[in-house]
Amino acid sequence: MAHNAFITRETIDGADDGPLSGRTVAVKDNISTEGVRTTCGSAMLESYVPPYDATVVERLKQAGATIVGKTNMDEFGMGGTTETSAYGPVENPADSGHVPGGSSGGSAAAVAAGEADLALGSDTGGSVRNPAAFCGVVGIKPTYGLVSRYGLVAYANSLEQIGPIAQTVEDAAALLDVISGPDPNDGTTRFDLAGDDGGAADDRSAADGGSATHPATDANYAAAADGDVNGTTVGVVTDLLEGADDRVVDRFEATLDDLRSQGVDTVEVSLDSVEHAVQAYYVIAMSEASSNLARFDGVRYGVSGGDEGNWNESFARAREDGFGEEVKRRILLGTYALSAGYHDKYYQKAQDARAWVKRDFDDAFERADVLATPTMPVLPPALGESLSDPLQLYLMDANTVPVNLANLPAISVPAGEADGLPVGLQFVGPKFGEEAIVRAASAVEG
Amino acid sequence: MTAKALSEGELVSVIGLEVHVQLETDTKIFCGCSTEPADGEAPNTRTCPTCLGLPGALPVVNEGAVEAAVKVGKALDADIAEQTRFHRKNYYYPDLPKNFQITQYDAPICADGSLEVSVAGRRREIGIQRAHLEEDPGSLQHQGGSIDTADYTLVDYNRAGTPLMEIVTDPDFRTPTETRAFLAKLEEVLEYLGVFDAARDGSLRIDANISLIPEADVGEGGSIDTDALASANRTEVKNISSHKGAEQALAYEVTRQKNAVQRGRAVEQETRHWDESRGITVSMRSKEAEKDYRYFREADLPPLSVRGWRERIDIPELPDARRERFREAYGLDEESAAKLTSTKAVADFYEDVAGRFDPDLAATWVADNLLGELNYRDMSITDVDHRLEEFARLVELVDAGEITTKNAEEVVLRTMLDEGDDPDAVIDAEGLGTAPDEEVAVAVGEAIEENSDAVADYHAGEGGAINFLVGQVMGKTGGSADPGDVNELLRERLEE
Repeated sequence: MAHNAFITRETIDGADDGPLSGRTVAVKDNISTEGVRTTCGSAMLESYVPPYDATVVERLKQAGATIVGKTNMDEFGMGGTTETSAYGPVENPADSGHVPGGSSGGSAAAVAAGEADLALGSDTGGSVRNPAAFCGVVGIKPTYGLVSRYGLVAYANSLEQIGPIAQTVEDAAALLDVISGPDPNDGTTRFDLAGDDGGAADDRSAADGGSATHPATDANYAAAADGDVNGTTVGVVTDLLEGADDRVVDRFEATLDDLRSQGVDTVEVSLDSVEHAVQAYYVIAMSEASSNLARFDGVRYGVSGGDEGNWNESFARAREDGFGEEVKRRILLGTYALSAGYHDKYYQKAQDARAWVKRDFDDAFERADVLATPTMPVLPPALGESLSDPLQLYLMDANTVPVNLANLPAISVPAGEADGLPVGLQFVGPKFGEEAIVRAASAVEG
Repeated sequence: MTAKALSEGELVSVIGLEVHVQLETDTKIFCGCSTEPADGEAPNTRTCPTCLGLPGALPVVNEGAVEAAVKVGKALDADIAEQTRFHRKNYYYPDLPKNFQITQYDAPICADGSLEVSVAGRRREIGIQRAHLEEDPGSLQHQGGSIDTADYTLVDYNRAGTPLMEIVTDPDFRTPTETRAFLAKLEEVLEYLGVFDAARDGSLRIDANISLIPEADVGEGGSIDTDALASANRTEVKNISSHKGAEQALAYEVTRQKNAVQRGRAVEQETRHWDESRGITVSMRSKEAEKDYRYFREADLPPLSVRGWRERIDIPELPDARRERFREAYGLDEESAAKLTSTKAVADFYEDVAGRFDPDLAATWVADNLLGELNYRDMSITDVDHRLEEFARLVELVDAGEITTKNAEEVVLRTMLDEGDDPDAVIDAEGLGTAPDEEVAVAVGEAIEENSDAVADYHAGEGGAINFLVGQVMGKTGGSADPGDVNELLRERLEE
């Protein structure tokens, strides 16, 4: 109870039976719950109560799950330690002096501490995998378009997906089975809309395939957690080992040795583009955030700017009072990056880099079934250690953000400990290759 | 260009329009809410998480709106993009639920079209640069004053998310009158397509750009020197909501700008607000910094392929073509043909009636009588579209000689419109069936007997006498005799 994993504790009962009957689920507080406040870790939404359920929440209820509360998070998902929350930091259950990672730190901590069997997080640049790795649990970032985002309060909508967190790969995969699939309320899950040339001008996954059937329809992710990796080729992304903490690299290498003993072939792959991924990611994420968070003006919901002065002054006051420092920083930078005269220099360049990252991954998957990296290049920082240096924090995302830029699926699975702190290994799969990464991760657990 | 240079020659106005039209669809462009205001609906009730911009809600494109846009593109002879693509236009305004508007930017659904209009008998082709889809914001209600002086402002999001099409013309207009003719024509075409309801409040909103350039910069065939246009200071006039308003606002601007130039003052590049009640344009905060909308792709709306939609989606025969066909097929004059094709509902009704009865009779009844009486009552055909068969029945009764034209026009039609009765009921109630021949013959005999002075006048060659006698007979028969027949019968009897 002492980890501050929850912002709001509230029991929401699901259907009498279903695949998640008897299981408790913690839901990140940027996922809308009808009648239960949804703060996004922000003072702005301290008393905002959504009048509707996110699609994933509806699916949890239908599956018989019991929701036990709304979990703490970095404000609007902007952070990697859960320290930017307006509701106080979360302690890492593995070692209470350390951060749980973020931004879904509350969700990972709740699962790690046994306060919920399962949890939902959201992953814009690593926000599910990062806390899963730091807390020693499993987290999946699905392919863009696999899970409905309807009801997920947007931070960077072209990058993010809701993803499951659990103690085991099989549990996480079973939760993915429940929440994935097409949703008429989220066009990016609507494969039936894609034309034969869908995606020609765009790079969104849902428009790429042109297939009429959603990939989740015929998938069984939980069944893929069979540990059978004999003959699988794992590509080791060498670029993402350089610069990683030695203790992390040691655990990573030891895990690969174990996989080789199970019949895995490993090959080295290089992704030239990834050195630009962090910059590209932050330009895109901040640009989108500057637009996504524009709606918080105090008129319809959230902190009000009051009646003094004109509407512009009222809006400004609401945003000054409601948003924290990191959120303001990202909105300002994103506004700047999209502005006339800078758009081509920053936003467009970042889009070009994003396309390059995708091509690099495509090439790599011609040589390997899945790719492997350490999830985080470092061990969990001590509480308060990194908050004063945003740049240091941003660089911590080097291994996770390329996956979001490329819209790909990835999983973080515990790979032992170093100095008493959890280390996570990340598998990245090809588009809609969730079964492949689940299978590989289940072999690590083995 | 300096004011001096401008004053040295005649000035020509160069005008372009940005026309916003609400598209008639069942539901809003990105959610399932109705576009149709309910009678007396309360503010902010026709809304949902998506059109209110609640956190987490997502837009999903309404294919009906895209279809309507493709129809418009076909009617404007425009190129139609192979897939829809939406952008966000970012700006803060209280009527905008998300503080950005989802619109189209670099790939409008329609581009490079044209619309032909006739102004004072002259054909003019107006270029259409682009026509794109976007969402309508909510509406602001200023309390206790206007936009500047109100005590406070309320916002109603019922309108938010109504599909809009923004149609941008080339700067092809040379006079305010041409813009009015264009808008009337555009509205007519949109109405024919069934994608537009002119009666809906706020369904048409217009911004106009106007520059004055020296006549010397107008080339052969009316082409405009692009450098001259670029160097002319352009005025944007906003808040125009009707054809007439466009003509008046632009006429005002032409005069205002010419006066300024004549007095040696430069015309400022600015945005002005048309104040319809005062009939003037007023400057809106001069020299406002160029707005930067920070456009970027809307990732929540994957591209929707519309390849092949142009072929798949049919549009009806358009007004110009129909007008020509009516003239040829039914032998109508230009004026009647124009009236009878003014809206699709009228044209459809005319074709129905003309197919069953005499086309000339049908033309008189639809173009003159029905439309005339409707117009007098400030109604249109759409107000009676469920009663068209009753009007056709009236034409049938006239065609069969069962009622006189006079009674049909002056009593039956008017009563039908005022009381809502069907024609047979009106005829029964008023006893207006055509009088039997014997009854007319009796009345003629009585009229001659009772009016010996008039009979004498008739024989003395006074032309008015016969009309007097006809009137007497009509009075006796309650107007149910045919005046022509009575006239003939009277002459026969008087000459006996």
